[in-house]
Amino acid sequence: MSDNGFEPQITAFMCIYCGYMAADTAGALRIPYPANVKLVKLPCTGKTDPRYILQAFEEGADGVYVVACPVGNCHHVRGNERGYARVQRTKKLLDAIGLGGERLEMFFMSGGQGQAFADAAKEMTERIRSLGPSPIKERVNELTG
Amino acid sequence: MIIGEQKPLEEIKELIGDARKVLVAGCGTCVAVCSAGGEREAQILASALRLAFQVDGNSREVTEATVQRQCEWEYIDPLAEQVAESDVVVSLACGIGVQTLVERFPEAWIVPGLNTTFLGMPQEQGIWVERCQACGQCILGVTAGICPIARCSKQLLNGPCGGSHDGKCEVNPDIECAWHLIYERLRKLGKLELMLRFQPAKDWSVSRDGGPRRIVREDLRVLPET
Repeated sequence: MSDNGFEPQITAFMCIYCGYMAADTAGALRIPYPANVKLVKLPCTGKTDPRYILQAFEEGADGVYVVACPVGNCHHVRGNERGYARVQRTKKLLDAIGLGGERLEMFFMSGGQGQAFADAAKEMTERIRSLGPSPIKERVNELTG
Repeated sequence: MIIGEQKPLEEIKELIGDARKVLVAGCGTCVAVCSAGGEREAQILASALRLAFQVDGNSREVTEATVQRQCEWEYIDPLAEQVAESDVVVSLACGIGVQTLVERFPEAWIVPGLNTTFLGMPQEQGIWVERCQACGQCILGVTAGICPIARCSKQLLNGPCGGSHDGKCEVNPDIECAWHLIYERLRKLGKLELMLRFQPAKDWSVSRDGGPRRIVREDLRVLPET
C-alpha cells in the first residue's frame, strides 16, 4: 500500500512475443514488480484496439499500458508501430472523455528485458498513484457508498 | 463512397443534451469503410460516451447497434424497437442515413455523430481523397477520367489557370493540379487533341443549383394497388 492508501488497478496489454516474454524474464530473474498490474495477452500489439482500452477503463482500471517489441523488431514487422498510432489516438480520446491521456502509455522492450518490464510496471504504478483513482471508480464508489 | 469524419466528443455530448437513454447507431457501408461510423466506431463512441458521462457524474444508458446500411428503409426497420426505447439516437451514418432514420422514425430525436465530408476513395490506408461532386453531368469522358469539378480548386473546364505550378495547385501545395494530371494523361495516351475541345459553360441546373434532385424510374416503381 502507498502512503495515500491508493493502490491503482492497472491493465497491461502485451504481445505474446517480446512483451509477454519480458514479463516471464522478470519472473525468472525474480525481479519484483507491482502486483496490481493485470496482464492481457495480444497476438501482437498491432491488435491494440481503442475498444479494449476503453473497456478496461469501464471495468475499473485506473491506468492502462501496452508493452510491445522494440520498434524495428516486431514479430509482425510493423504491428507495434500500428499499435503505437492507436495508443496515441486513444490518448486524445481519453483527454476528450475527461479521464486524461496520461493514464495510458506504451512501452517497447525485448523479451530479455525483464528489468525494463518491471520498471514500466513501477513507472505506471507511480504515475497512476500520483494521478489518483480513476474518476469512474470514484463515481461508482460515491453511488454505492 | 461517402467519406465522413466523426464529430468531436464534446459536440456529440452537446447534441445529446439531457437525454438519459442514448442509442449510437452505426452504419456498415461507406462510413464503416472509412472507419468513421461502422460497428467498431459505434462501439468506441458508445464506450467513450459512457465513460465521459460517468466522469461528469451524470451516468447515462448508452447502447449501440449497427445496421448494414442506414440509407434504406428495409435495413433500418430492425432498429425500430431500440429507437423507440431511446431518448436520442446518435447516427454515425452520413447525412443521408441520419435523414432516412428521421423519415422512418418521425417520433424519435435523431442527431448526427459525423460530419459528412465528401465523395471519394481511400487513396491508401488511412488517407481518403475527394473524387466526385455529384454534379449531375459527368465530363470524365473528355477529361481523361480525371474530374476537374471535384479535383480542380476552381472547377475550371478548359485547362489550368495561372496558379498551376510544377503540377501543384496554388491553393495548397498538397493539392495536385487536376488539369496538369489531365494533360499528362492525355499526352501519354496520345489523345491531346481532347485538350483543344472547347467545353461550354456547364449546366449547373442539374447540380445543386437546380435545387434538391430526384430521379424517377417508372420501369422500377412498384405499381399502386388497383
